[in-house]
Amino acid sequence: MGPMFDGPEPIYLQIAQMIRAQVLAGELAEEEQVMSTTQFATTFRINPATAAKAFAGLVDEGVLYKRRGLGMFVAPGAREKLLADHRARFFDEVLAPALAQADLLDIPTSEVVDYVLGRPRPAGPGTGGAPRTGPTTDPTPR
Amino acid sequence: MTARPASRPTDPTGPALPGPEPFAAEVRDVVVRYARGDDAPALDHATLTIRPGVITGLLGRNGAGKTTLAALLAAFRRPTSGSVRVGLPGELEDPFENVWTTTHTQLVRESGDVWESDKARDTLAYYADLRPRWDADLAARLLDELEVDVRRKPSEMSRGKRSALGAVIGLASRAPLTIFDEVYLGMDAPSRYAFYDALVADYAEHPRTVLLSSHLITEVERLFEDVVIIDRGRVLLAENADDVRARGVSLTGPADVVERHAAGREVLARQRLGGTAQVTLFGTFADDERAAAVEAGLEVGAVPVQDLFVHLTRTGRPGAGTDAEREEAR
Repeated sequence: MGPMFDGPEPIYLQIAQMIRAQVLAGELAEEEQVMSTTQFATTFRINPATAAKAFAGLVDEGVLYKRRGLGMFVAPGAREKLLADHRARFFDEVLAPALAQADLLDIPTSEVVDYVLGRPRPAGPGTGGAPRTGPTTDPTPR
Repeated sequence: MTARPASRPTDPTGPALPGPEPFAAEVRDVVVRYARGDDAPALDHATLTIRPGVITGLLGRNGAGKTTLAALLAAFRRPTSGSVRVGLPGELEDPFENVWTTTHTQLVRESGDVWESDKARDTLAYYADLRPRWDADLAARLLDELEVDVRRKPSEMSRGKRSALGAVIGLASRAPLTIFDEVYLGMDAPSRYAFYDALVADYAEHPRTVLLSSHLITEVERLFEDVVIIDRGRVLLAENADDVRARGVSLTGPADVVERHAAGREVLARQRLGGTAQVTLFGTFADDERAAAVEAGLEVGAVPVQDLFVHLTRTGRPGAGTDAEREEAR
């Protein structure tokens, strides 16, 4: 496996983030089994305890749950929960810094509003048709 | 020999048993002097605990005392003073001339711990007899993968192949305490990664206590759950790897903002590309400091263990075993 989890945060946080992103994107469906700590460890050449630490955090968050003797599974409602979490943080963590930056650059509020209103509308609710504005697929701001 | 509790196998070379649980180890105030009156002991009042079932990285510069520490745990020698205890958690005992603990402890040193002038298969047969949990299938698979010809004598092998043979012995022993002391020497990158992969895979399936010393820190630091750093015979730190990483922080962002948040701190490294700067700082970052840096638009990251290691063991660094401190410790 090529270089993975080489971001600045502790590896267990990066693993948790990757799983959250996969659940949000629907790549990991609810009730679907996630890789075991052993598979994680061997695939990414990390200590199994590091993967276990990531899983423990996701269980606490209600994203994963453990089936005794079988492994870790995506919790029912996990995607909806993550969507709600990210929506709640969107204004504070994404929009507020962007607007602060606009202020700094002397972009008038009216221009920002025009941009928002003029942007292509999503085809329908929940289809995620809005164009991405950055290269990141990570929905959580750092 | 003293009487052994009934729960232990009376014949350590008997049939392969599930075997004991992973070993723990405790080193308390240990001094090792190789010569009387030696004023630079190999270990100088070293104290540390090795947690059971954990992969611990043992880091230190050449001559820091890593090999001496490994030899103590494997009962190849005794400390000049202080105590070394190895065994099941809660039942630690002196490993020296202790058949039970040494049967369940495998040390692989850089030489590979093999008989140079016998065929490799003879060395393997010896360890297969000695180690109750020896896995012959695993040994065969790894020997094949690392391309070690067991019909040859280690004296006829390249350094890398001898090291690979040692690595196989260490893994296939499945000993409750397994120590790899710079086992990678001479192994090329593909062989080293094959070793790391085999270690992670087999450890995940058969948890045991592993102590791994290496100078190739960036290659192996993700394998560590705990880290011990020793320098000039003294234990600088022994703690969880994430705590080690939290001893430093990196800040990336606009240069002026980065410098503002780095002010008054010990800077380990500083890089600049146009208006963007990255600094590596030594010292923990409190939650509010971290929040303030993120608020200011900086990326706050962990610091590679390698960078912290270099900083902590830099010659002459105050607090890293200076002469004055050594005098004080006498």
